[in-house]
Formats: sequence, C-alpha cells, structure tokens
Amino acid sequence: MHIPDGYLSPSTCGVLYVGAGAGWYGALKRVKRALLGRVIPLISVFAAFSFVVMMFNLPLPGGTTGHALGVTIAAIVLGPSGAILALSIALAIQALFFGDGGITTLGANCFNMAIIASLVAYASYRLIAARAALTSRRRVVAAAIAGYLAVNAAALIAAVEFGIQPMLFHDASGTPLYAPYPLSIAVPAMMIGHLTFAGLAEAVISAGLVAYLQVADPALLRATSGVIADGDDARSTAPSFRRLWIMIAVFMLLTPLGILAAGRAWGEWSPAELAHAASSASTTGLAPSTVPAGLQRLASFWTAPFPAYAPAFVHSRGFGYLLSAMFGIGIVLIFSLVARSLAARSRRKESSA
Amino acid sequence: MSRSFLESTTVGFGRAFTRAMLSETTAQQRGLLQSLDPRVRVVGLFALVLAVELSRKIAVVAALLVVAVVMAVASRVSIFTLAKRVWLIALGFTGVIALPAIFVTPGRPIAALGTVAITEQGLRTAALLVLRVETAVTFTTLLVLCTPWSHVLKALRALRLPKEAIVMLAMTYRYVFLLVETASQMFESRRSRTVGVLKPQGQRRMAARTAGVLLSKSFALSDNVYLAMQSRGFRGDVQVLSDWRLTMWDFIALFGFLLAGSFAVWMGR
Repeated sequence: MHIPDGYLSPSTCGVLYVGAGAGWYGALKRVKRALLGRVIPLISVFAAFSFVVMMFNLPLPGGTTGHALGVTIAAIVLGPSGAILALSIALAIQALFFGDGGITTLGANCFNMAIIASLVAYASYRLIAARAALTSRRRVVAAAIAGYLAVNAAALIAAVEFGIQPMLFHDASGTPLYAPYPLSIAVPAMMIGHLTFAGLAEAVISAGLVAYLQVADPALLRATSGVIADGDDARSTAPSFRRLWIMIAVFMLLTPLGILAAGRAWGEWSPAELAHAASSASTTGLAPSTVPAGLQRLASFWTAPFPAYAPAFVHSRGFGYLLSAMFGIGIVLIFSLVARSLAARSRRKESSA
Repeated sequence: MSRSFLESTTVGFGRAFTRAMLSETTAQQRGLLQSLDPRVRVVGLFALVLAVELSRKIAVVAALLVVAVVMAVASRVSIFTLAKRVWLIALGFTGVIALPAIFVTPGRPIAALGTVAITEQGLRTAALLVLRVETAVTFTTLLVLCTPWSHVLKALRALRLPKEAIVMLAMTYRYVFLLVETASQMFESRRSRTVGVLKPQGQRRMAARTAGVLLSKSFALSDNVYLAMQSRGFRGDVQVLSDWRLTMWDFIALFGFLLAGSFAVWMGR
C-alpha cells in the first residue's frame, strides 16, 4: 500500500499533503497539550516499533504471508493523535531512508495509512469494545475487526486515489500520465488483496497484541478503554461541541455561495423550468422533452414556507439563504433535543425498573 | 515452513542493517553530491523528483534518468548496487502493475498477443510509469546514500519542518535499529529452539507474542529515554544545532539543479 513516486499526479500529491498536514497539525497540537516531553520518546519508540512490526512476515491461511501496519495497536495504546504521529514518522523513515514509498507521495501514504487507518481503527475499536473490561475477550475481537477495517479503509482510499488518475490526467491521445487503471479496475484489484490477506494480517497481529497485553500489561490498554478517564484520549471521549458549533456556523455563513451557481441542480426542476428547458435540454438528453404528468399534478400539492430558500418577505437573496439555513438547523436541533430527552427519560425508567 | 517463516523475517532484518551500513560508507566518500551542502542536496534532488513527476514525455523522463546515473557515477555510487538494490526491485514491483495496462488501456491497437490487442496508449502509459518510478527512486536513493541521516534531518529543519518532528524522526531512526536487533535476536533464539515443523497457527501465535514482548520492551525503553532526557535537563524545548554555511559552489549547484528541473518540466510539458 506504500505508493511510490510516479503513481500519483503532483496535484493529487499536493492535495493529499494538505490533507495529511491538517492531520499532523491537529495531532501535534493535541499531543503538545498533553505533555510533550513525555510524549516525544513514547511516540518515537512506538514509531520504531511499528516500523519493525511491518517487517514481520506473518503466515496467513492459504500458505501466503503478509505484513501488518501496526496502526491498530498504536491507535489502541496511544489514541488516534499519537497513532497518527507514530505511523507518519515510521512512514517518513521508510520513504526517506529505505525507499519504501515515495517522497512526493509521502503525504498520500500518511493520509491513507496514518490518518485514515488510525481514525478508523480507533473509532471501530471504541465502538465494538464499548466499556468492556480491560481483560475481556470482546476487546480482542474488537482489535481484530478494527485492524481489518482500518487496513481496508486505507486501501480503499488509496485505490480511489489511483483510480481517479487516468480520469483526470491524460494527454491528448488519451494516454494516462500516472497510475493507468480506472476506478473500475483499481478498486477491485486493490481490495481483493487487502480484503483477503493484508487486512487479515493486521487483524491477527492486533488481536494477538491485545491478548498479550491483557495478560502482560493491561495498564497499556487503559488510556483508550473508556473505562477510566485518563490523559489526552480520555478527553477525546467527551466530544467537544464547541468545534461542532463553529463548523456549523461557518457552513451556515457559506450557504449564500449557492447563489453563485448558474442554473438549477439536475433533476430539481419545477414544471415551469422543465417546460422552458425541455426544448434545448432534450436535444442533449439532459432532461425529458415533455413535463411528466405526475410532476405537473403533484407540483402544487405542497407549498414550502421558504420557496427557493428565500422567504417572500426577505428581499436580499443572500440573507434569505442565511435565514433558511438558520431555520433548517434550528428545526434539526429541536428534533434532536426532543429525541435526546425522550431517550434519557426511557433510560431513567429502565434503571428505576 | 517454520524455517522459511523465521528465516525470511530474520533476512528482512539483516537487509535493513546492510542498507544502513551501505549508506554510512557511501556518504563518507568524496564525490559530487557529498561535496554539496546537505540543504542544497535535499532541495536539489527533491526538485528533480518533482520535475520527474511533472514531465509528461517519456524522452524527458528518460533524460532525467541519464542525469541521475551520471550523478551517481560522479558521487561514486556503484551502478551495480543501484541496479541490484533499486532498479531491479522497482522494475519487479512496478512492472507487474504496469504490464496489464498495455492490454487494458483503450487506444489504437498496434500489435496483438493472441486475441488480445496491445494499444499504443497502453505501451506509452506503462513505459512512462516504469520510467518515472525508476528515475524518482534513483534520485531519492542518491540522496540517502550520499547524505548521513543526521544531515538529512538538519537539512529538513533548515526547511522549517517543526522541531518536534525532527526530534521524533531522529529518535525513531536510532531506536529502529535497536528494536530490529532485539527482534532479530528473538527470532534467532526461537529458531534455535524450534525442532520440527511449526504449524501456521503456531507461527501466527509466535509472531504476535514476539511483537507483544517487543511492545513491552519498547515501552520500557521509552521510559528510560525519557528519564535520560530529564536527567540531561530536557524541559520540553527542542534545540537543533545548525552551523552550515553555503559556499559559492553550493549556490552554483543549487542553480544547476533548479535550472535542470525547470528545463525538464518545460520540455516535458
């Protein structure tokens, strides 16, 4: 899964460097907040450990061998931020020193194997292990599934990166300039190997390591267990709603951008727009040539309070969009608050019974 | 079966050591790249890798490969070593991936292999991919073989990579070899105690347990490193020494690298 130089276009590499950079920045910030001095040797040694684990040739069913990434155990022991940094460091050394993976594709490799894989591994492990005891067998199963999912998620993202190359980058004669296979070939070709062998290798090593730690050093599983709140990752178990609010506010402010787009989204025509566009669009096959009878009949069945995201009393279209966004988010919030209070009430009833 | 599994992993560990040793000895020799400031080497060779990626013509990428070979000879890097350790491995890996493209890429058929047509576009994309990978990996290998790891890191620091990242890269590199040696010894001792055939399930269990013991040792090691850092007065602020001075020769070389890269991109556009 280590993508060498030459497989991805420089612009794809650039975009993925930016994506990976955002992940590194976030992870470094979280780790710094925890306690940088203590964390530096921990992450460094864990990166070295991941590097060595990648060299283990693991015998797999069917007589073949595969190697694990070590990302799942990193996410379980260090949490997602630590795992992102440790794996990125290991991948950087592999690329810079051992020629395993390219330099221009280092961002892509870190994005796939350090960031996506760490996040998928951590989320699925936490979800499946829930609040099971540290020595519970459920944690071993959770680690195996998390490892399998993490490697396959990373492989899928890599396959998509490969698959979009011929579509976006080819010369005038149609010769693909980078990875030559379209999504229809790249995705199955990549996934067959990972769904069968590579995913299995990560599952085996992750489950084996968790089982070993349960006996030898269960304290190492505590940080991300959700059983006892502790350190950096315990904070991450309580989601920060402040960031979510900021993101929602930013998206809300960006809603008037929709006005910039000319025309109407495909398939969202009103009968009048469809009738108007029919003559020109039908020649290109973009829209039906006549207005369907059902659409004509049902169009006036429901009249929205804010038609076209602009209430009748608002004259500015931009402000209308903003108001519609606030109104929509408000309704969603009211629904979620009602659902939350109903769920809390039913939980209270269960516990009192 | 059990011998081959234990042996193949131990051989992999040995390869890492050989590569490190080769790099140390080549970096000490007097040659073209070794005579340049490490920052110029890093920037210049990265620029050439980028030029390889941006060039869209086979002839231009091939010309850059020739530049890489000339640079290797001038830097006293053995062509035989490059061929054996870099070109053959990259050809094997990328060749397998590129080969089917000759047949499946839509385009103008120029020959037929039985009932399957070979297309011109397929041949060109496969050739471009293989050449690109070979050329880029040659430039990267030249950087690594001609520059001690500590200098690569210092050069990256000069390019404004965060100090924390540099320290972690340096520390990881150091402990990779310690852990590789530890793992190698664990496999070796297990091999010496293994009589008969170890079933695949037993092999998997053994690999997971070895990794587990290695993990425990890694944690103990990180504790010791932290204590050592504290005892030397580490207070969370990372210091990196930087005492290089660029000479006229470095500036000329940097100009040469950038000119060659830009010319290749312009010719290969």
